[in-house]
Amino acid sequence: MPEILDQARTQVLENGVGLDESGVLAVLNLPDEHLPAALQLAHEVRMRWCGPEVEVEGIVSLKTGGCPEDCHFCSQSGLFTSPVRSVWLDIPSLVEAAKQTAKTGATEFCIVAAVRGPDARLMKQMREGVAAIRAEVDIQVAASLGMLSQEQVDELVDMGVHRYNHNLETCRSYFPNVVTTHSWEERWETLRMVRESGMEVCCGGILGLGESVEQRAEFAAQLAELDPHEVPLNFLNPRPGTPLGDRPVVEGKDALRAIAAFRLAMPRTILRYAGGREITLGDLGTRDGLLGGINAVIVGNYLTTLGRPATADLDLLEDLKMPVKALSETL
Amino acid sequence: MTELAEPVRPTDRAGATAPPWCDRCGGESATGGHAACAAARVLEPPRYCAHCRRRMKVQVLPVGWSAACVEHGEIRG
Ligand code: SF4
Ligand SMILES: [Zn+2]
Ligand SMILES: [Zn+2]
Repeated sequence: MPEILDQARTQVLENGVGLDESGVLAVLNLPDEHLPAALQLAHEVRMRWCGPEVEVEGIVSLKTGGCPEDCHFCSQSGLFTSPVRSVWLDIPSLVEAAKQTAKTGATEFCIVAAVRGPDARLMKQMREGVAAIRAEVDIQVAASLGMLSQEQVDELVDMGVHRYNHNLETCRSYFPNVVTTHSWEERWETLRMVRESGMEVCCGGILGLGESVEQRAEFAAQLAELDPHEVPLNFLNPRPGTPLGDRPVVEGKDALRAIAAFRLAMPRTILRYAGGREITLGDLGTRDGLLGGINAVIVGNYLTTLGRPATADLDLLEDLKMPVKALSETL
Repeated sequence: MTELAEPVRPTDRAGATAPPWCDRCGGESATGGHAACAAARVLEPPRYCAHCRRRMKVQVLPVGWSAACVEHGEIRG
């Protein structure tokens, strides 16, 4: 057994203290033959500190495309030649999407907008949309609307938004290679305000942007410092027309190593499968990740791409004897 | 989509059995080279109208999607 896994067994599994950056790096550098042991340990950590439940979420794009920012992985930036056009979702369709999501047994419904930060029009749509969902659907509403002012944070709390997603995307040292129109520190500032407001913090990122293994470890350590309630883990799905459109997808084993390493860095967080898992891991890898530290999934489609049918994930969870977290447990 | 027996130019659509444009990349269907597009489309909605090559307004929903061409109307999947 590699020394780092022995150390993690005591430190993380028994004492609930996450690995630091050098520990994460050691896990990310484990040879293939030790990957099953790393996944097994990460799974035990998840079961010990989070339990067997899996949190299921659906997401929808309220405002798609035409974003003024230049995140190099994103097909919704208006600065690239991506074929994604700007479009708004109306409130009845938003409520219908929430209903469809709730039908899968999901407890979370995240409303997303492709913006630098919300303007008055978007905040008005949110106020109406969240109120309509809360009146008609039994589901927790989360939001992801970019960078916020303190006033907007307070407004979202007032609307009843219980969790806010704002991804750091990648580690601090690599961020300027991926985004030039705003800084990592600006994102951190929004996260700080969200945390202080009492909303749950959801913050993750994308692996496979060209960051080094060392920078992946740096990212895990920075997320652990933030200590978010939830960490969505995406794997780059290279989008036509974006600066990263020709990058290779993350190799399945590297993705699994990252899942185990992020779990060992953050034993108590909700570690969610987000975009890109279908092409990076396929069906078999998806299962391995759920047995290697993942304890939440996005079901159904994403914002501009499609996912597996929700039933495929729900059948898999049943097969793995992992109960879907109930709404009563999230309140 | 039906296989084309003979290449059909986008400008010569009369009698065509397949739309002239690739709905993923907007390239000419007849020139071929869209096998990767077809594979990718399993996990993506269409982006271009296959009849006129206009970029469509696409809304992805948790279940399904809709794509609208100003000229040829809306399709759903
Ligand atoms: S801010 Fe969000 S929507 Fe805009 S380009 Fe960046 S990732 Fe895409
Ligand atoms: Zn094509
Ligand atoms: Zn058309």
